[in-house]
Order: sequence, then C-alpha cells, then structure tokens
Amino acid sequence: MTEKRHLLSILVDNEPGVLSRITGLFSGRGYNIESLSVAETVDPSISRITMVTKGSPMIIEQINKQLNKLINVIKVSDLTGTKYVQREMALIKVNARSEHRAEILRISDIFRGQVVDVGVEHFTVKVEGDTEKINAVLNLFKPFGIREIARTGGVALPRENK
Amino acid sequence: MELKGAHILLKMLQEEGVDTVFGYPGGAVIDIYDALMEAGDINHILVRHEQGAIHAADGYARASGKVGVCLVTSGPGATNTVTGIASAYMDSIPVVIFTGQVPTALIGNDAFQEVDIVGITRPCTKHNYLVKDVRQLARTIKEAFHIARSGRPGPVLVDLPKDVINATAQFKVPGEVRLKSYNPTYKPNIKQLNKVVDLIQKAKKPVIFSGGGVSLSHGHHELTELARKAQIPVTSSLMGLGGFPGTDSLWLGMLGMHGTFRANMAVSECDLLISAGVRFDDRVTGKVDEFAPHAKIVQIDIDPTSIQKNIPVHVPVVGDCKISLSQLNSLLDKEDLSGVEDQRKSWLDQIEQWKETTPLAYKQGDVIKPQYVIETLYDLTKGDAIIATEVGQNQMWAAQYYHLKEPGHFITSGGLGAMGFGLPAAIGAQAGAPGVLVVDIAGDGSIQMNIQELATAVQYKLPVKVVILNNGFLGMVRQWQELFYERRYSSTKFVHTPDFVKLAEAYGATGLRASKPEEVSAVLAEGIKCEGPVIMDFIVEPEESVYPMVPAGAPIKKMLLV
Ligand SMILES: Cc1ncc(C[n+]2csc(CCOP(=O)(O)OP(=O)(O)O)c2C)c(N)n1
Ligand SMILES: [Mg+2]
Repeated sequence: MTEKRHLLSILVDNEPGVLSRITGLFSGRGYNIESLSVAETVDPSISRITMVTKGSPMIIEQINKQLNKLINVIKVSDLTGTKYVQREMALIKVNARSEHRAEILRISDIFRGQVVDVGVEHFTVKVEGDTEKINAVLNLFKPFGIREIARTGGVALPRENK
Repeated sequence: MELKGAHILLKMLQEEGVDTVFGYPGGAVIDIYDALMEAGDINHILVRHEQGAIHAADGYARASGKVGVCLVTSGPGATNTVTGIASAYMDSIPVVIFTGQVPTALIGNDAFQEVDIVGITRPCTKHNYLVKDVRQLARTIKEAFHIARSGRPGPVLVDLPKDVINATAQFKVPGEVRLKSYNPTYKPNIKQLNKVVDLIQKAKKPVIFSGGGVSLSHGHHELTELARKAQIPVTSSLMGLGGFPGTDSLWLGMLGMHGTFRANMAVSECDLLISAGVRFDDRVTGKVDEFAPHAKIVQIDIDPTSIQKNIPVHVPVVGDCKISLSQLNSLLDKEDLSGVEDQRKSWLDQIEQWKETTPLAYKQGDVIKPQYVIETLYDLTKGDAIIATEVGQNQMWAAQYYHLKEPGHFITSGGLGAMGFGLPAAIGAQAGAPGVLVVDIAGDGSIQMNIQELATAVQYKLPVKVVILNNGFLGMVRQWQELFYERRYSSTKFVHTPDFVKLAEAYGATGLRASKPEEVSAVLAEGIKCEGPVIMDFIVEPEESVYPMVPAGAPIKKMLLV
C-alpha cells in the first residue's frame, strides 16, 4: 500500500511525561515522525502537538487509534485532506560574500524573509510559510552555501471549527 | 480528616474493595508496611520475589474477577515486577501496582534504589502515575483502579515517593472518576450488528473465533447462546479457552500454531469468521495473507486498536463482547432460524470428519507421555480445576488436553509467554478462589524460575498442586531444534536438575513422583487429596513433541502432524 504524509493535530494534557508517551508509542511501534511541534493552547492545562507522519492507510489508522488510546490524549485530528492553515519557520545561515549579498537579499525579499543576523561572511535569514515555501528558499540559497538550518516543524489549525 | 499518605492509600484500598495485597517490603515502602499492621481487613501475602507478587496479583485477578494489587519497594523491587507487568499488559489483566520511590527531592539524582519506573513501564502499562503531592493521592488511586478495570483492562502503576507517603492531607473519598480523554465504548453500533445478522443468515460455513475479551467481559453465556442458536462451531485463542465449553459438540479446540487439525482447517475453509475479543496474534494467524482466505471477517472488540491491526476486517464492531453478543442474540431472535440445522449439516459433517481422521493423538507406551498425565488429570477432576500453566510444551498440552468449562479457569501467560508465571499465578488464583482445586501444569525448566514461591504457598496454606512434566529439556525450544535445526540441541538439555520431591519437602510441601504410566493416576489422586501444597514430579518421555504444529510464518492449513 502507498505511504502518504499526514498532518495530525493532537490535543493532550499539559503534564510532564506526556510527550514521551507519544514519542515512545511511535518508536515502540516503528511509526515515523517527520516533524513535531508542541506548545500550550489557550487553556494552559492543554497542549497542542502538531505532527507530520507518514504511512499506509492501515498504519495511519493505527496511529490515530493508538494515540487516542493514551489516557492523556484528548483529541486527535487528521488535518490531511481538510481545509487548514499551516506555517513553519526556518532560520537559515547562508554564506554571504560581498558579491552575493544583493542577490541573497533579493531572494529573501521575494519570500518575505527577514535578515535577523549579519556577519562578515554570512546572513541569517528567517523565513516562514508552508513547508514548500521553505524548501523553495533553501533550494535558492543552496548555491551560496548553507552553513546551518534550524526549522521549527509545522504548526497548523483547521480553517473552520467544525 | 487529616491523614498520612500511607493511611490514605490503605483507606482507598478498602474503598476499592481490596482485601488481598501481594507484596514485598523495603526502605521506600516501610511506612506503608507500618500502617498495614493495623489494617486488619487487608490480607497481605508476603511473596519471596517481587516477580511472584505481580504474577500472583495477575492470577488473583483472573480467578476472582477483581483487580489484583501488588506493593513493592523502589529500585530493584520495582524492576523485579516488570516482566509480570508486561505479561498482564499483553493479556489485558486488571492489576494495580504500587511502587515505592525515593523522596521527591532526590528524584533524578541517581539516589540509592532510585529507578524511573514510570519511564520503564510506560510501554507496558495501560497507564501510570508518579504522585508528587499527597493531596493528589486519593484521586490518583481512584483513577488507577478505574482505568485498570474498565474498557480493555490492564495494569496501572502508581509510583509513591517516600515523602508523599509520610506527608499528611485532608482525606475525603473522591467522587466518581471522569476523564475527558478516556471513555471506552461499551455499546456496539446496531447498524454493524445488523450486518452481522445478515452475514450469519447467508453463511454456509461459519466459524466463531473467541478470545480473552469474551472471558474478561464475562460474555461466555452469550457466546454459547449464539453458537447454539445459529449452529456455528467455535474455536478460540489460548487466552479464550474456557469461554466456550470444551465438551460441547460445536467446540473445535484451539486455533493456531498448536491448534487442532479441525480448528485450523475450519478457519481456512470458512466463509464467515465471527471473531470476538481477539487480536489476531501471529501465533494464531500464521501467514496473514492465507488466514481465513475465503471468509468475510467480523471483529468485535472493545479496543479500537485491536481492530484491523493485523488483518483486514469486513465488519468491525467496537464494543464490549458481552453486550455485543447479547444484542446480536436479540437481533437473531427476531429472525427465522428454523432451517439452520439443515443448512449447517454438511459443514458440521465436514468438521466431524476432520475430527475423526485427524484427532489430537499420542501413543502411551512404556514411558509416561505428558499428554496422558493431563488427560488423567482431566478425568480425575472432571474439568473442575483452575489450571495455571507455565510456558512451553506443558502449556500447549494443558491447552489441548484439559477441556475447560468456564472462563477464569485457564490462567496462562498468553501474550508474553513468561516462564515462571504459573506457580505464583496459581498461588494468586488460590487466594482469589479459596476452596477450588488449583493446579499448576509446569515444565521442569519454568518451575525453576519462581520455585521460591512454594514457601509462600506453604506459609499462607494455599494448597496449590504443581504437576511437573519433567522431560529433562527446555522442551519447546528442543522441539524447534529437532524440527528446524537438525536436532542440534544447543543448551536445551538439563545436565543437572534438582530432586523436586526433596525440594518440595525442604519447603514444607509434599513431594510425589511417578516414573511409570501405571503410577500416574494414583499419584495424581493422592496429590489432589493432600491438604497442603504438593509437587508431583512426572518423569515423562524426554523427546515428545507437541502436534499439530504450524511452522512459524506458514499458513495454518500447513500443519505438521504426528
Ligand atoms: C522467561 C522466559 N525465558 C525464555 C523463554 C523461551 N522459552 C519458551 S518455552 C521454553 C522451554 C520451557 O521449558 P520447560 O519449562 O521445561 O517446558 P517444556 O517445554 O519442556 O514443557 C523456553 C526456554 C520464555 N518463554 N520465557
Ligand atoms: Mg521441560
């Protein structure tokens, strides 16, 4: 069966050990996590985990059910195929010799990036958007030489509350 | 009322109806043990190893239908329970484990006898807790019992730091547990059940496959009613034994790797497989792609993760087995089933033929056959004993030759297959079912893994009877070596074994031995009659194998026969 990428939004109790229950479930059962981000929601007793995972329909069904089985998991929504907004942020430290500086700034502008740190030989550019947009910027920066990247992993919310 | 943590714990145990605790003391729980001295209505059974405590709590839970409770100290006390917790988790047995922990201020410092038992047991408990504040203690215990016994049952561990046990708090019995994220589905979807009714009426060759979930939900009467009403033969997993009467003409015997010929054939040929409370373990399915290849598959289970985990299912039914089967029966009552006997005749005839041509069989010669010991035990006890087993060939022969009448009467480490389970589990079962004959069917290897618990049995006058099928081998592994490794018996023959009769006597129990077939019946009769715990050592055929056998990963139709 074909593997597909799925974006899950998981509401959990904001308690110590909950994240390790979830990552433990994934490692123990051999599921994969492509990205993960966690933060408190409006209700401080609840956290939202946004996760990108990959698997066949049978595996995704299991992931959903297994997550729901954890006592600290309140709700699992598979946003894949629904209407949602997703954002991810990346800090990209790119080589910036003087002859390339103008070009790098131009690319950054086109993607509404922001230079957050400047060195003699580098820029650190902040970009945000969906995963494709960040990948596009990375591709364009590649020829200059990317020194380091820090990416947040996606966060997402459904467009309408059902 | 202002109470110390230790007293809150005991109050809550009483509140939950706990009268028996299996445990072992140590520094981190010394205050709880101190408080226990005054708790007259709680019977504490001092085991000889913490693994014994958790297996005993497991056996107690299975035999009594109540939650088993175990209490151990921090560090090594806690880690010694891990095998038993994993076993209870695999078999969905409701137990609550209380572990001592170093004081909260020392947690994380690698303090003396500190282990992160909550971290260690996260993947093998239904849920677990570290109680950091004595004010949370009562509610946490209430939740632990609720989670252990509801939905798909399982072990819940509560870790108790020493300072929490000694701190005081205002005690009030907590109200009903409501967890926003935990709400098991008991009632099945009626639309799904209607589909099952429809399938039953169309089926020419149906089979019911029942598992531990039927016993756990006490759905055995409903299962029997369904089978008889719709004339559907029944097979079960190892965990499901006892859920359907082993003497009924519709009984097929166990399914899977060591299942009967007729059960494996029937499932391979059936056009409808109604499964209830099973999780399609690989020991049952063999090669998944060729499991029940012609059948529409119905799966009833309270745990949605069990459904469609290993095999594709046509009609999933999420719900409690007892409730689902009972509603299915009511729906069937509205249908005209008058022609069902005729409709099933050729299918049941076919099954009868499989039974006649290829029954479970062995030949009793000059040396005692292990199967003969179990058959004789069955004849003598008329199927009324609670049977605990160890792991290996002994377990499979017990499953094949002891025909069970009721659930809770076959106590075995099914999912984990933990050697050393049987004796402590039998002790727990005896504590949970006083007056009932409890027999541990054991191998000479497994029994040595928790033999120390014989002292517990003697001390508390729990008169369990241990039947050792002494083949001088780690028999099940030897069997694999014989069949698949050209008889290269690497580390499976015991060069030295203790004298089990003398060992029994050393522990203050009775020891008996049979070396010839004609002694078997008398030894069993005498052992059963004895008042206290007994070890019966049966010197059996060393290289007897369990048949039928489906080689691992083969289709269940491809059985090796005697
Ligand atoms: C704790 C543990 N260790 C190892 C095994 C692997 N194992 C499965 S059956 C078996 C042999 C058991 O020997 P014995 O108790 O003598 O039973 P028999 O098969 O001879 O009846 C072994 C070693 C196991 N199941 N559990
Ligand atoms: Mg043996």
